[in-house]
Amino acid sequence: MSATRASKSLLALSQQEELEDLPKEDDDDPLNTSEDEGNSDGERKHQKFLEAIVSLDGKNRRKLAERSEASLKVSEFNVSSEGSGEKLVLSDLLGPGKASSSLSSVKKQLNRVKAKKTVELPLHKEEIARIHREVAFNKTSQTLSKWDPIVVKNRQAEQLVFPLNKEPAAFAPIEHTLSGWKARTPLEQEVFNLLNKNKQPVTDPLLTPMEKASLKAMSLEEAKMRRAELQRARALQSYYEAKARREKKIKSKKYHKVLKKEKAKKTLKDFEVLQKVDPAAALEELEKIETARMMERMSLKHQNSGKWAKSKAIMAKYDLEARQAMQEQLAKNKELTQKLQATSESEEEKGNSEEEGEVLVPDVVNEIQMNGDGPNPWMLRSRPSDTRKIEVQKEPEHLPEPVANEASESEEEERPVAGEEETLLKEFEERRQLRKKSELSQDAEPANIRETKDSSSQEMLSELKSLSQKLSRADQQPRKQKVRSVGPGPQGQREEPAEEEEEPMLFQRPERVQTIEEVEELGRDESLQPMELPSHVPEGQPLERNTSDQPSTPKGKKRKEPMIDLQSLLTAKSSSVKSLAIPTAVQEDEEERAQKQMINEAFAGDDVIQEFLKEKRVAVEASKPKAVDLTLPGWGEWGGVGLKPSARKRRRFLIRAPKGPPRKDRSLPNVIINEERNIHAAAHQVQVLPYPFTHHHQYERTIQTPIGSTWNTQRAFQKLTTPKVVTKPGHIIKPIKAEDVGYRSSSRSDLSVVQRNPPKRLTSHHKEQLKKNSAH
Amino acid sequence: MKVKMLSRNPDNYVRETKLDLQRVPRNYDPTLHPFEVPREYVRALNATKLERVFAKPFLASLDGHRDGVNCLAKHPKSLATVLSGACDGEVRIWNLTKRTCIRTVQAHEGFVRGICTRFCGTSFFTVGDDKTVKQWKMDGPNYGEEEEPLHTILGKTVYTGIDHHWKEPVFATCGQQVDIWDEQRTSPICSMTWGFDSISSVKFNPIETFLLGSCASDRNIVLYDMRQATPLKKVILDMRTNTICWNPMEAFIFTAANEDFNLYTFDMRALDTPVMVHMDHVSAVLDVDYSPTGKEFVSASFDKSIRIFPVEKSRSREVYHTKRMQHVICVKWTSDSKYIMCGSDEMNIRLWKANASEKLGVLTSREKAAKDYNQKLKEKFQHYPQVKRIARHRHLPKSIYSQIQEQRVMKEARRRKEVNRIKHSKPGSVPVVSEKKKHIVAVVK
Repeated sequence: MSATRASKSLLALSQQEELEDLPKEDDDDPLNTSEDEGNSDGERKHQKFLEAIVSLDGKNRRKLAERSEASLKVSEFNVSSEGSGEKLVLSDLLGPGKASSSLSSVKKQLNRVKAKKTVELPLHKEEIARIHREVAFNKTSQTLSKWDPIVVKNRQAEQLVFPLNKEPAAFAPIEHTLSGWKARTPLEQEVFNLLNKNKQPVTDPLLTPMEKASLKAMSLEEAKMRRAELQRARALQSYYEAKARREKKIKSKKYHKVLKKEKAKKTLKDFEVLQKVDPAAALEELEKIETARMMERMSLKHQNSGKWAKSKAIMAKYDLEARQAMQEQLAKNKELTQKLQATSESEEEKGNSEEEGEVLVPDVVNEIQMNGDGPNPWMLRSRPSDTRKIEVQKEPEHLPEPVANEASESEEEERPVAGEEETLLKEFEERRQLRKKSELSQDAEPANIRETKDSSSQEMLSELKSLSQKLSRADQQPRKQKVRSVGPGPQGQREEPAEEEEEPMLFQRPERVQTIEEVEELGRDESLQPMELPSHVPEGQPLERNTSDQPSTPKGKKRKEPMIDLQSLLTAKSSSVKSLAIPTAVQEDEEERAQKQMINEAFAGDDVIQEFLKEKRVAVEASKPKAVDLTLPGWGEWGGVGLKPSARKRRRFLIRAPKGPPRKDRSLPNVIINEERNIHAAAHQVQVLPYPFTHHHQYERTIQTPIGSTWNTQRAFQKLTTPKVVTKPGHIIKPIKAEDVGYRSSSRSDLSVVQRNPPKRLTSHHKEQLKKNSAH
Repeated sequence: MKVKMLSRNPDNYVRETKLDLQRVPRNYDPTLHPFEVPREYVRALNATKLERVFAKPFLASLDGHRDGVNCLAKHPKSLATVLSGACDGEVRIWNLTKRTCIRTVQAHEGFVRGICTRFCGTSFFTVGDDKTVKQWKMDGPNYGEEEEPLHTILGKTVYTGIDHHWKEPVFATCGQQVDIWDEQRTSPICSMTWGFDSISSVKFNPIETFLLGSCASDRNIVLYDMRQATPLKKVILDMRTNTICWNPMEAFIFTAANEDFNLYTFDMRALDTPVMVHMDHVSAVLDVDYSPTGKEFVSASFDKSIRIFPVEKSRSREVYHTKRMQHVICVKWTSDSKYIMCGSDEMNIRLWKANASEKLGVLTSREKAAKDYNQKLKEKFQHYPQVKRIARHRHLPKSIYSQIQEQRVMKEARRRKEVNRIKHSKPGSVPVVSEKKKHIVAVVK
């Protein structure tokens, strides 16, 4: 801006220097014209008059002289060239008079003027003040902008606790405060003397010289090394402890059996080696084994008094396997309780070696014997019933499967024992890893959640496998049957169980009783044809799906099951979960059944579901738009008691209502949705989306997360209800300071600067800044 | 026979001392605690109602002045001490805990125009209509001594306001120009002018202490830099600004109390548009003071009420009034941000709670938890119509109520006219001016 101004002033200067030697004729100027208007006008009129008289004769008519103005714009201050309004420059005037030498001095003068540089005009005082202000303002804005991050942080802070500057509670040690204190009274002096004699600290009571010396005794490196050693030892110890705990925690009986077996085998091997190398030591070992056998004998393990044995005793009546198992145990018992006869050396040797195996690993041996046709006695127990069931249902595909199963298992049994153990151990390891992985992947892959869950749950249940498998299979079958009868019966599903069965038992995992797909399919199928299924079965009847009593239930009932419609299905949702828990808690189940029966008896008359359906029907009818009947009896025909308007008329004047939109609950059999707007509820609803939210989902989510302690833990509750601003009563809150937030406050005081600042002149720096500003 | 027993760890249910609360085991299964939204809604509604029930903000009235109270000052070190200057030239020092006047000084002839305390709290300054600036000791004179000022400076013109620097022995007065004084000298170390006006108030920035703001009677607000001894910028508003107040937590924010019933919060780096226009008063706003937390401010108005505004809201959250309270001339928020004091025309200083329904005194932890929970609930459900209605409801004196109605009509008419004008003219020819920009006439560099 100053640049333009300066150029202007320069222009003005040059204009002043231009010569003004033309006569001034100011037509524009009112002052000049008014002065000589009087006489000149009179003369001109007179002249005109004379001319007019002369021209009257017509002979010597003179041409009127044309008059033109010298210039359109005549100014007092500068000379203008003719008509065009352009400015007359000095050189233009000098141009025509080139020849005359008298003007040469003027020319020189002109050149000199041109060559001279003009001094800048000093700026106006106000202008200077303005520049000062602008510069100062920019500076201040810059200093203020350092506060921006702090202001933003404080505005967005979850919680602000005032006063902001928390002064660290620094306590000066007592010796500092006491340093100025000196003993004055004789008693004090005496005490001090005593202290000094015993080298007790007088001014620094923290450490005596002895303590200091002891501190220095061990060097730092030594201490560090020792500490590291100790740390390592501790870490190792804790590691082994953890490992032992982990191994101890493994519940699988089979795992432990295998482990024990392996141990036994190892001891056997060691023993053999020992026999060769050091017979005396071997003898000792033998004694040890003997004592182990004695211990075993003393225990009641084989006396048919254990839990397992008792249960077997009950089942033995019906179950061949159980009977066998019991017999085996009795034999074992007998064997153990037999007195040892002295035999020949070789025989004894042999017998011993045989017995060792049995004595050392009685459980494992037991297991193997029982595993003659299956890994688990429980599974064996329930198999015959299964096969029987299958026979009843007359499904030939299922028949070969137990055979195949048995075959595969027996094959496995025949394999070398060591190999089996290894595979078993490996498998356990694998499963554990798999379990871990599945747990991990549950978090990682939401898409595969269902599958991994499935597998993980299967893994979790792998220990219970033998218990549940039979039962679950028993449970699966009727359900699958149902699916087949309801839907079009996919072939793949039918083949699935067969494949499953053919797998060796060990590698098999217990199937989920009812997969989600199956449930879904069920629901879909049912929902597709809810009306097709007539309610043959009384709705109130609860579904008896307990697997324990399923074998006893007649075949006819199973057939009926698929006919039960969706409503009743909805009530029996949790059966699949139940079925797993049932075998472990038979009594509970009985209680439940009894309770159910009682409930049934108590509410025998109530048909709740039927009532609900009726209610829903009424609601649906009520919500349908009504047709308007506009017929007036008696119009256009006879009216009176007993006379009805004709059908044609009625049809004509009946206005049918348009079909409304489909109801929201049309596919939800157990729900009635009232779609009418409730005015009373509307008074408590937010009508407009509040400001910071951009979508109603966000707002609803904030509303739906409760903050009360009823729904949250104490910690979460406290966190959720932290107030935004906390002030302490009775504490003065001072304005925020630069030091509080870590900025360096301006070191020089405001006062000193003021005193040093005299009224200033415009510096070149300021000018530059100003120019920058004007350029913007 | 094996007997299974229930075994429990006593740590889980036995409290350590009998002063502890009994441990109540809880099951947080959401199915056991249904209807969380409706239940919380009802709780929020009840909390809102209780807040209104317990809203008793008025604490005390300090009477003793024999003329209207013209200015108030806080003690920087003591929460209980307040200074007030009256229109008859009397200065009184009050003890808030005892609610008594502890000292009376006849400081000036005519009005006490301004009063301020030194940052250390040992003395205070007053300016009056008698063209003098006087410095007084905070403690009263000893027995037998006369009540005399420490220093008296006789000026050429009337001083209308005074403020003390926050760290250094410097103070600023205003009148015909803004003067910066050293406490030790009898003449100003610098005086700054911009045009010829009577400047009604001057305030030091509490954070960047070399900054000053002043407002003059020709409708402008001028900012000064003390270090460079120059004004910085001037903004001209529609009407006169009575006073300004700097935000004590945000260095560049200040609020101006204007004659046109509004308050304007400015960012001093961008004066052409106020950050927020606060409107609720129905008459000229005479004074404004920030809460020391910088989150809210209180304004005193000629309409006989004081209002509390959140900084980021354009509407007030609270209005205080009493039947006997006349035009409120000055207002201060105490340094612990718990109380508000206002001095009014009818010679009284009133003490209010900053939060109308807050319980005073020590709260037990459970009370505190309940308070926080209720507060959060009110916040959460604040947009629900019932909650909003109850929370917003205030009883107003008839004069204010009718004025509000009247002004609403006027505003609506103005708005309608503007809309019509835009509707019936060539698109783009009538610019739409936002409410924030409407009141700014010009910014002078």
